[in-house]
Amino acid sequence: MIFLVEETLKRIQSHKGVIGTMVVNAEGIPIRTTLDNSTTVQYAGLLHQLTMKARSTVRDIDPQNDLTFLRIRSKKHEIMVAPDKEYLLIVIQNPCE
Amino acid sequence: MFPASTKTPHKQPRKQSISIGRGTRKKDEDSGTEVGEGTDEWAQSKATVRPPDQLELTDAELKEEFTRILTANNPHAPQNIVRYSFKEGTYKLIGFVNQLAVHYTQVGNLIPKDSDEGRRQHYRDELVADSQESAKVVISETENLEEDEEPKELETEPGSQTDVPAAGEAEKVTEEELMTPKQPKEQKLTNQFNFSERASQTFNNPLRDRECQMEPPPRTNFSATANQWEIYDAYVEELEKQEKTKEKEKAKTPVAKKTGKMAMRKLTSLESQTDDITKVSQAAKIVERMVNQNTYDDVAQDFKYYEDAADEYRDQEGTLLPLWKFQNDQAKHLSVTALCWNPKYRDLFAVGYGSYDFMKQSRGMLLLYSMKNPSFPEYMFSSDSGIMCLDIHVDHPYLVAVGHYDGNVAIYNLKKPHSQPSFRSSAKSGKHTDPVWQSELVHIDVIKLKVEGSTTEVPEGLQLHTVGCGTAFDFHKEIDYLFLVGTEEGKIYKCSKSYSSQFLDTYDAHNMAVDAVSWNPYHTKVFMSCSSDWTVKIWDHTIKLSTLHHCRTPMFIYDLNSAVGDVAWAPYSSTVFAAVTTDGKAHVFDLAINKYEAICNQPVAAKKKNKITHVQFNPIHPIIIVGDDRGHIICLKLSPNLRKMPKEKKGQEVQKGPAVEIAKLDKLLNLVREVKTKT
Repeated sequence: MIFLVEETLKRIQSHKGVIGTMVVNAEGIPIRTTLDNSTTVQYAGLLHQLTMKARSTVRDIDPQNDLTFLRIRSKKHEIMVAPDKEYLLIVIQNPCE
Repeated sequence: MFPASTKTPHKQPRKQSISIGRGTRKKDEDSGTEVGEGTDEWAQSKATVRPPDQLELTDAELKEEFTRILTANNPHAPQNIVRYSFKEGTYKLIGFVNQLAVHYTQVGNLIPKDSDEGRRQHYRDELVADSQESAKVVISETENLEEDEEPKELETEPGSQTDVPAAGEAEKVTEEELMTPKQPKEQKLTNQFNFSERASQTFNNPLRDRECQMEPPPRTNFSATANQWEIYDAYVEELEKQEKTKEKEKAKTPVAKKTGKMAMRKLTSLESQTDDITKVSQAAKIVERMVNQNTYDDVAQDFKYYEDAADEYRDQEGTLLPLWKFQNDQAKHLSVTALCWNPKYRDLFAVGYGSYDFMKQSRGMLLLYSMKNPSFPEYMFSSDSGIMCLDIHVDHPYLVAVGHYDGNVAIYNLKKPHSQPSFRSSAKSGKHTDPVWQSELVHIDVIKLKVEGSTTEVPEGLQLHTVGCGTAFDFHKEIDYLFLVGTEEGKIYKCSKSYSSQFLDTYDAHNMAVDAVSWNPYHTKVFMSCSSDWTVKIWDHTIKLSTLHHCRTPMFIYDLNSAVGDVAWAPYSSTVFAAVTTDGKAHVFDLAINKYEAICNQPVAAKKKNKITHVQFNPIHPIIIVGDDRGHIICLKLSPNLRKMPKEKKGQEVQKGPAVEIAKLDKLLNLVREVKTKT
């Protein structure tokens, strides 16, 4: 199981256009990352809050609903966040290379 | 006290001024005293003097007698006191008023002899008197004093003045008593004169502080938000717990419970130990798809929205737009031997890898791809022997039946993550000795077609004997027991499950091996076959023998200039089908539009050398997947021309449904039949 997940993460990292990936736990502390420390910490903190807010919004509207993923497309690249019960997976990709 | 009656003598008014002389004296009648001569001066002085403002009254008035009564009433007592009577509800004059007038009051300190205090004092005095027997003078004086006191005490009149000297005398007595040496007791007098206060201070007990300090109870900060969804979550958890307890009660095995608990504990401990990256698996999957979506964004958009506009100008022809390419390193050198779409999840398809080269046989693979993630398969299974065919169960879309080259049939359960099949036929259970060419999962039975020319049903083992070897077969969509078998020699047999020894019918279809047979999804009578002899033929199995030919003839024949690998009917129309050839081309036919030619003829192979082995239509999306012998799978979108529905006449509703399709094909068939009968 672990191997499978590792494989998947490796594949994502080596996919075309992907700048970095990181795994953040429920408190906003990064567990795994492929970027440098300062950037990671910054991303983790900010995106954690945003994801909590987004999830809260979705669930407030309908408690049976839940957030599946979050995409933020900016001029330079796209940040994709997939929240889990305890973890947060963040991938930064440059979609058009 | 006023005199009882008085006369106020009014002297006659003297009009004359007072003249005092001897002569005038005698005129006064009322002069009280008659004085001699010697008292003239007195008489003169006693003459009444009238004040100048005295009332002047007449004699009659002067003689008037006025009565004055002397009463014992208090003149200052009010005579007009009124009290409210509640009984009568009015104010009533009180006639009886207290007439007592007090002239003088003074508070005294005389006590009656018979009262308690009087007796006490008397007793005290007696004590004193007893002790003073020696001093007689004092005694006598006290006796006198006592005697004096006694009558005075009886007086109730305010004669307190006399008491004071008596008290003073008593004091003198006491002082004398004090002065005498043998006086045992002092008389304690609590009076103003010799009262002295005596105070004493006791020791204060020293106060001592006793303190005891304990360790503060451990405190933690707890903060949480209470949202609607958090409450909902809590309820859901509660519900799950209840359900679990119910299930446990049903089980009712204490041993199982214990093991369950142990397992739970183990799980939790394990989970807490590892950093648990495994929990991210779900999120990772989603992210991978997202990343792919980004990369292949244009493809995804095309898939969903692109419709080739040029089709309007192309008359009747259509094109195939290449979308995704699926390939995997591990399946690189294997050819695609089977393709199948999942009946439930329309974006999932299964690919079987093996080899058609009978000299070189290597391993096989089963990959399941999703269109959402073209870069990596969702499921991957490998096997020792090459896979020749596969099928996915309709009702249980997680069961995949696979036929191997070595004759094994395996069933993979996608729900379980094992890489091994959950069922495998072995030598014991009627394993085949030759490659399994085709299998179909019908309900739960696996029906396999083997090379050696018999069709068997597992586990019943129904066997049919054929002259040659079977290479392809297909079950009828509606008639359950009817199926077709294509052989290596080019013949097609119509068989029934109930007749195990005989064929219902034979068709001399092709000159070479029949590669694929397929019933029309709508029309129950029509089926299609393709072969390596470059042809694709469409048959009607009910057509009677023509008079000229003793065997059945196909309705339509198409020559494709190359060995045809596979044919497939389109699920949306009864007249559309696709065929793929080994020269890397895909042909799409629509009989309603063009009976003799393909409306699309397009090379689709990834590389020119690749031979296309299989083709499959997606049940709902307008795409087809094409597999080649290099392990590549290409997904193509059908252009609008290829998907034409019959044009509705103005005013008529568009009829959709199988009936329409059947009717459509029937028309064509009739035309053909007419032609045939004519010839």
